[in-house]
Amino acid sequence: MLVYVLKRLFYTLPVAFGVSVVCFLLVHIAPGDPLTSVLPPDASAQLQAEMRKIYGFDRPLIVQYGLWVLKTLQGDLGVSIATGRPVAGELRLALGNTLMLAVLATLIGFVLGCLFGFVAGYFRDSWLDKLASFVSIIGVSVPHYWLGMVLVIIFSVQLNWLPATGAGPGGSADWAWDWVHVRHLILPAVTMSVIPMGIVARTVRALVADILSQEFITGQRAKGLLDVGVFRHVVKNAAPTALAVMGLQLGYLLGGSILIETVFSWPGTGFLLGQAIFQRDLPLLQGTILVLAMFFVALNLLVDVVQTMLDPRVQRA
Amino acid sequence: MSAPLVEIENLNVRFHGPRTVHAVNGVSLRLEAGETLGILGESGSGKSVTLKTLLRLLPENRTEIGGSVRVDGVDILSLDGRALADHRGGVASMIFQDPMLALDPVYNIGEQIAEAVIRHEGCDKAAGWARALDMLTRVRIPSPERRLKAYPHEMSGGMRQRAMIALALACRPKLLLADEPTTALDATVQIQILLLLRELQREFGMGMIFVTHDIGVAVEVSDRVAVMYAGEIVESGSVRDLIRDPRHPYTKGLLAANLHGAVKGARLQAIPGAPPALDAVPAACSFAPRCPLKLASCDLARPPVAVPAPGRSVRCVLAG
Repeated sequence: MLVYVLKRLFYTLPVAFGVSVVCFLLVHIAPGDPLTSVLPPDASAQLQAEMRKIYGFDRPLIVQYGLWVLKTLQGDLGVSIATGRPVAGELRLALGNTLMLAVLATLIGFVLGCLFGFVAGYFRDSWLDKLASFVSIIGVSVPHYWLGMVLVIIFSVQLNWLPATGAGPGGSADWAWDWVHVRHLILPAVTMSVIPMGIVARTVRALVADILSQEFITGQRAKGLLDVGVFRHVVKNAAPTALAVMGLQLGYLLGGSILIETVFSWPGTGFLLGQAIFQRDLPLLQGTILVLAMFFVALNLLVDVVQTMLDPRVQRA
Repeated sequence: MSAPLVEIENLNVRFHGPRTVHAVNGVSLRLEAGETLGILGESGSGKSVTLKTLLRLLPENRTEIGGSVRVDGVDILSLDGRALADHRGGVASMIFQDPMLALDPVYNIGEQIAEAVIRHEGCDKAAGWARALDMLTRVRIPSPERRLKAYPHEMSGGMRQRAMIALALACRPKLLLADEPTTALDATVQIQILLLLRELQREFGMGMIFVTHDIGVAVEVSDRVAVMYAGEIVESGSVRDLIRDPRHPYTKGLLAANLHGAVKGARLQAIPGAPPALDAVPAACSFAPRCPLKLASCDLARPPVAVPAPGRSVRCVLAG
């Protein structure tokens, strides 16, 4: 098992390299000059050249890339052009916030999705199945920023139960697990959870229906297991795929939903990414994308490892 | 004489769906404790359906079962919930045709056997695993300690079937139902499994119903054989009588179609035609359209069951 994990870890190195190249190139190939956002429009050519030199934009791309990777490996993602603060620090704060939001949203989505999926799969073609499938289709297809706004209108504006925006009285810097702060988390998390909920529900429904139609389920009944015992077999057979889907969903949500975080002004990576794009803040953009991509790679690795632990058939392959 | 282990009276099974299938039509059979009955028939003759009825494994919502089925004195058709689950695997258990499909791929063999033992005997985990090990030893799986932790996909076909047998016998059932247990295996492994089954059957003193389409296999394991055609038992009797003196034209045809003793290059004697569709309850002899000895009366009514000798029965007008 340890060997397998190490092997998988080794395989992620080329992936990580590829990701870093793509991150770097994408940002540099994109049209527009990163300095236009910080310099006044009438800045002299000399000043522009000087600034370019300070930020290192005058060197060949390959050298820029080498320097960037070298610094990144030391944990230095450069300085944000717009704010002048270190990118690593900004990212750390944003990542923490997004992580909270994404994990909570995925958990809610996974639990509800599994519930709907199992009910729909077990009672296929009944009205319960139709209801559960209807809810999950809504979950997948409703525009989430719109749902977010609707929730804000209902729970913040009309009922005045929950705050509409932000991450608490002190901004993103002093988060605490108390009601004053947690209540800010509820609406964005619920809005976000609708995405994994729908996808997990549909996956689990298909899985359960497929498993129930297989002969080994008859085999379990033939040996005298009660419904609870048979359910255990269904769950273990469905778990690897369901968890893999959940892991990937968490990955997508970690990228931060730019739209949802913007609607709720939630100071996470999506929000940060949005800012970086609009301000053409190259170091911030690069750093954010890179870190998010690496997160995704790591998550895939984790999902693979967990799947191997759950499903004995994967290991030998 | 005590009550028989299995007593099926006038069993009728219909499957409802886009069209109704009359899978089993008026089957009656008895099995004494410790006896082996072979049910012989081709695909779609209703042999597996009859067998599955004994564990009530047919899909409840689209199956209609009529008649009476008693196992060990208990009316199987009236069982429900926990009582039915106690019956399955406890009183009667089944060996499936393909253990690769019938065993759960993500649980190892030991867990799957122990689970059944714990369910039926209410023992703790250690006792369940001890029984699993004991059973793997009895079915002669090499290095059974190691195999306890093996998953179905890690075993060979013969080994999987041995594990399946170990699972079926783990709770000491009185009745073993074998649904073509050797069909998916190599010829050499088939014989090993048959010998093992016969031996275990004697050792455990179980009654066994063995479903197969292979005459050689049926002869090898059975005391008595029932031949099924189109959802009916057309002939039954001891293996000896049936082989030496088949009375029903279908049984005669089956024996003649056997490869043993066939001359190379000569055409095999197959029964012409195909079995009837089972859209309706047969009103006449179902074999009549293919029968070489057909009489005019065969098309008019179902032939009565004739008893040409004690312990034998033939559903044919010529046999009486």
